[in-house]
Amino acid sequence: MGFNILSILVFLPILGLIITIALPKSAAGKAKIVALVFTILTVIIASYIWFAFDKTNGSMQFVEKYNWIQGVNIYYHLGIDGISLPIVFLTCVLSVLGVLVSWNIDNKPKAFFALLLLLQTGMLGVFVSLDFILFYIFWELVLLPMYFLIGIWGSSRRLYASIKFFIYTLFGSVLMLVGILIIFFKSGINSFDMLELTKNSIAPNTQNWIFLLMFMGFAIKVPMFPLHTWLPDAHTEAPTAGSVLLAGILLKMGAYGFIRISIPILPYASKSWAPAISILAVIGIIYGALACLVQKDVKRLIAFSSVSHMGFVMLGIASLNPTAITGSVLQMFNHGCITGMLFLIIGMIYDRTHTRQISELGGLANKMPFFAGMLAFASFASLGLPGLSGFWGEFLILFGTFKNHTTFYQVMVYIAVFGIVLGAAYLLWMLQRVIFGEYKGQVQEFRKVSAVDIITLIPLIIIIIFIGVYPSGMVNIIAGSVSKLIGM
Amino acid sequence: MEKFIWIIPVLPIFGFIITFFFGKKFPKAASVFTTVILGACVLLSMMSIFIVNSGGPFEITKNWYVTGKYSIAMGFAADGLTAMMLNVVSIVSFLVHLYSIGYMHNDSRFWMFFLYLQLFSASMFGLVLSNNYLQLYIFWELVGLCSYLLIGFWYEKKSAADAAKKAFLTTKIGDAGMLIGIFLLFFNTGSAVFKDVFNFAAGPEVSQGLITASAILLFCGAIGKSAQFPLHIWLPDAMEGPTPVSALIHAATMVAAGVYLVGRSFPLFSLSATAMQVVAVVGAFTAIFAATIAITQNDIKKVLAYSTISQLGYMMFALGMGAYVAGMFHLLTHAFFKALLFLGSGSVIHATGTQDIREMGGLFKKMKVTAITFIIGTLALAGFPLTAGFFSKDYILGFAYAQNKYIFFIIGIITAFFTAFYMFRVIFVVFFGNPKKDGIHAHESPKVMTIPLIILAVLSVVPGYFGAWFISERFSIDKFISFFGFEGQEPLHIIPMVIAVLVGLLGILIAFILYFGKPITNKKISKWIYPLYKLLHNKYYIDEIYGFIIIKPLMKLAEFINTFDRVVVDGFVNFIGKLTVIFSRAVDIFDIKAVDGVVNKVADVTYLSGKKLRLLQTGNTSSYLAIMFGAVAIFVIYLLIKVIFIR
Amino acid sequence: MSIALFKILIANYDIKLWYFLVISAILFCIGIFGVLTRRNLVQILMSIELILNAAMINFVAFSAYQKPESQLGTIFTIFIIIVAACEVGIGLAIILSIYRGKSTTDISKINILKW
Repeated sequence: MGFNILSILVFLPILGLIITIALPKSAAGKAKIVALVFTILTVIIASYIWFAFDKTNGSMQFVEKYNWIQGVNIYYHLGIDGISLPIVFLTCVLSVLGVLVSWNIDNKPKAFFALLLLLQTGMLGVFVSLDFILFYIFWELVLLPMYFLIGIWGSSRRLYASIKFFIYTLFGSVLMLVGILIIFFKSGINSFDMLELTKNSIAPNTQNWIFLLMFMGFAIKVPMFPLHTWLPDAHTEAPTAGSVLLAGILLKMGAYGFIRISIPILPYASKSWAPAISILAVIGIIYGALACLVQKDVKRLIAFSSVSHMGFVMLGIASLNPTAITGSVLQMFNHGCITGMLFLIIGMIYDRTHTRQISELGGLANKMPFFAGMLAFASFASLGLPGLSGFWGEFLILFGTFKNHTTFYQVMVYIAVFGIVLGAAYLLWMLQRVIFGEYKGQVQEFRKVSAVDIITLIPLIIIIIFIGVYPSGMVNIIAGSVSKLIGM
Repeated sequence: MEKFIWIIPVLPIFGFIITFFFGKKFPKAASVFTTVILGACVLLSMMSIFIVNSGGPFEITKNWYVTGKYSIAMGFAADGLTAMMLNVVSIVSFLVHLYSIGYMHNDSRFWMFFLYLQLFSASMFGLVLSNNYLQLYIFWELVGLCSYLLIGFWYEKKSAADAAKKAFLTTKIGDAGMLIGIFLLFFNTGSAVFKDVFNFAAGPEVSQGLITASAILLFCGAIGKSAQFPLHIWLPDAMEGPTPVSALIHAATMVAAGVYLVGRSFPLFSLSATAMQVVAVVGAFTAIFAATIAITQNDIKKVLAYSTISQLGYMMFALGMGAYVAGMFHLLTHAFFKALLFLGSGSVIHATGTQDIREMGGLFKKMKVTAITFIIGTLALAGFPLTAGFFSKDYILGFAYAQNKYIFFIIGIITAFFTAFYMFRVIFVVFFGNPKKDGIHAHESPKVMTIPLIILAVLSVVPGYFGAWFISERFSIDKFISFFGFEGQEPLHIIPMVIAVLVGLLGILIAFILYFGKPITNKKISKWIYPLYKLLHNKYYIDEIYGFIIIKPLMKLAEFINTFDRVVVDGFVNFIGKLTVIFSRAVDIFDIKAVDGVVNKVADVTYLSGKKLRLLQTGNTSSYLAIMFGAVAIFVIYLLIKVIFIR
Repeated sequence: MSIALFKILIANYDIKLWYFLVISAILFCIGIFGVLTRRNLVQILMSIELILNAAMINFVAFSAYQKPESQLGTIFTIFIIIVAACEVGIGLAIILSIYRGKSTTDISKINILKW
């Protein structure tokens, strides 16, 4: 390693941010170009990491470790493995798409793109940092730009939603910080290093308490039932790019935290809490799906579908089975792509019709066949149609959970399968009302499909089909690291 | 040589891709191109028969990915059953493609229709060629998708979009059970490959409960796909799709996939008497149940749809009784004559522009080819001697008779009677009597539509003789059985054959009396049995019952959950927020009154004293100086006094 | 040189310290009187100079009588002269600018700093 590629990846958007801010007021329109260039650069670097990544080796790669604050053993410690690699890659891709979908934004463009770039740095940092303090800093760094993105560029109830989002998640992460500090002091090695801490000596009883604290932080982010209510509001009010990144990446931070921190560092507590978590996850699956059935706002519907889908992810994680956790990571990636795509399309449709009410939409198959087709495609991917990526994540999760020899987990799978049926129900019903039937909205003349729209959607289509047809490449990368992490 | 088999599903995928990119520009060329592709598939499928016949079953597999000790392999396998299914699918699909060129010619999304048909053909080939349950499940879902797309092809009609959704969801319920069944098998066997699963299931240490459970769960998938009671409700609605689709997907191939699944898993099912019993009972009930509904339907396609459900039930109960060969044989013959009937009805609809049989009449003279082929198909369906349906149906009934399963035998006979009756009711009303309403403008369909009808009419008769040839003891029954890969003893019997034929003729006779040119009698009769008629006409109110006991409560629950979420879960969050606000109000008041009060008092004192003291500020320099000097003087005097008196 | 001359003078003519102090006190009083009674700013300034002069005489006198060898008082005097010169310069400038603004140097009319 001649150079610190991960640091470059993480801080490249910051450079873009500086340039964006430095732009003169007259050139504010150029901000989007700067943002696009820098996000594309991160995709290129992420692709390089993907190809240079040793896929047979499940341990941390591209590791960077420097002293940061010596007195309390805080290090600047970055690294990437098969669990974080897909999500890092997805972060870069979705950031580009987030910039593209915001191409026509004209309210304070400089600030918007600067915040988007800051958000990207935060997200990337969370997934590559291996030191608790660094992790926590990035974790909090994500909140700020998202708060402003929702609060400034959101729809009508944006202030309520942004404050709710900020305070709710901050509440969780502060508890998480307490957990981190307790780990530091009780571990016996006084370290913040996630890798070293797997060899800690925390008493089982203490572990349970720490797990609960960490759980609050992560579960709010995921979000798990019943801590999910910030999500529909935030999703509904956020601008399209915000929704995409919120659904695509931010939700994954919580699940990632469970996989990276809770399970390896607190193995005993994980085992004792796992049944409770899987019950909550399954409730989330059914609950979210049922709530979807009666939503009137398309974005809100997709937000609740995220609750349902993240329930699958949590079910896989809680089963503590390598296959299921592999499935969870894959599902995180897929959900990021698919839900990201759904939000992109809804955003594009909203740009044209100026309504998201299901009752006002309709007949889009004739009015805008391209978007109708894309919406149908993404919906089918979301409901887990084989041949598209959504299927494999759900399949591996359910199969892996099923393999846990207890009746309890098998019952969980039976209920979760019912969730898949409900998933098909609400998505198809939504499709039927939105793209079939008769259009009832106000706006009659629609802007034509632009090249930017198509370019925005194509990468996700390719990823969704590719993983749907050939999942093994991705699965092998993830599975190697997962088995290393679980130690099986 | 055997490797060529993978070409069969890949060809339509190729056609799909080409059509996807160029179809919109060259719709006509696309339709011809895709039809040619299916023609090639027909040839390859026929080749597969000979290869399997001479070389025996074979398999090609490739590891897809490995998770722990469970490896997921993808592969194609071909045996007699596969070869038969390949032929059914490719031939019907080819003819439907050909027919659609004529039928769909002035549709605005002409090219898209062929695009979907290609995707469907590819998926269906993939389904029947799969060598493991997982892959089968994948293609199973894909054909479901195609069915969805094609039923909803005319999505501007709300009923079509509704039907598409209903079809997908209803089958999805069955699929959920099937997926769990696959999990059970996969998880216990460590492999989803058919061979391994069957070897495992036949092993000594396997519990009966596991086999029964997994077989019944798999059968759930079949119930959904093959529209068996209680998940049959989607198929009649699916008739909203274009008629060629009904012929291909909802009569010949996809709905038969459920029967195929049971047939494919027969070694598993046959290990569990309970599972077999379930299959047989569900099948028999569906057969007679759907047949009774078919009597009262007035939509020509709905009649055919219920007839399809009924016939699929026939196949199911054949399989459930253990009549494996008979069931699969009936699948084969049924595929051809039911496709023929649908395409024929499509031709009629194309000509008259209506689907209601009461508005048709006297079409025999106007559309000779359609009428004759339709009658041939009907005879085959009714099991008239010398048609294919006769052989296959009587084969099933003969088995039931021989095995002393009289209940099934009687149900089969009654169903056969109803079948003959309702089909000839359609014939007499549509093709004979006096033309009503739009019938005047009816004309024969173009050649591109009638040729498939003729081919299918031939196929509705010929396979019967093949079957007879295979089955008759002189021409080696063993060969046929080994060809299909499963052994069973199924001789022919004369008595059931005669009974079935007589019953069929009775049905035709009653239909003739009631419907041949005399609609008045029709009315009298239906008045006499009006309540029964109404019950049947409304399909036993099954849809309404489901709506009442499943959909309505589910929506209520969803409504409740949503309110619960808003009011309780989110309400709790907001309550915490409000509580915090109230608490901070209290703190605020305390702050203003107590803490800030002290601060303000200090400030007030300072202010007041400042107010008094500022009077000293006269602005007059001299007075300042005077004060200054005065002060100095006082100070000096003080010092002096201090020095003088204290020292 | 002058210090030496001064010493001779003191020694030969029996000049006592309080002579100087009286002179300085008289000067100081005149200065105070001037400052307090004059209305004209320039006159006040001049009176201040007198007060300074009184202080300077005291410095020199004490220096010569108490600690002739250190010359500290002399040095202070020179400082005061310099400071007085600056003060006069600045003072006159201020007076001038006040005069420009208000066309008067009468101190009783300049009371804008009044509360």
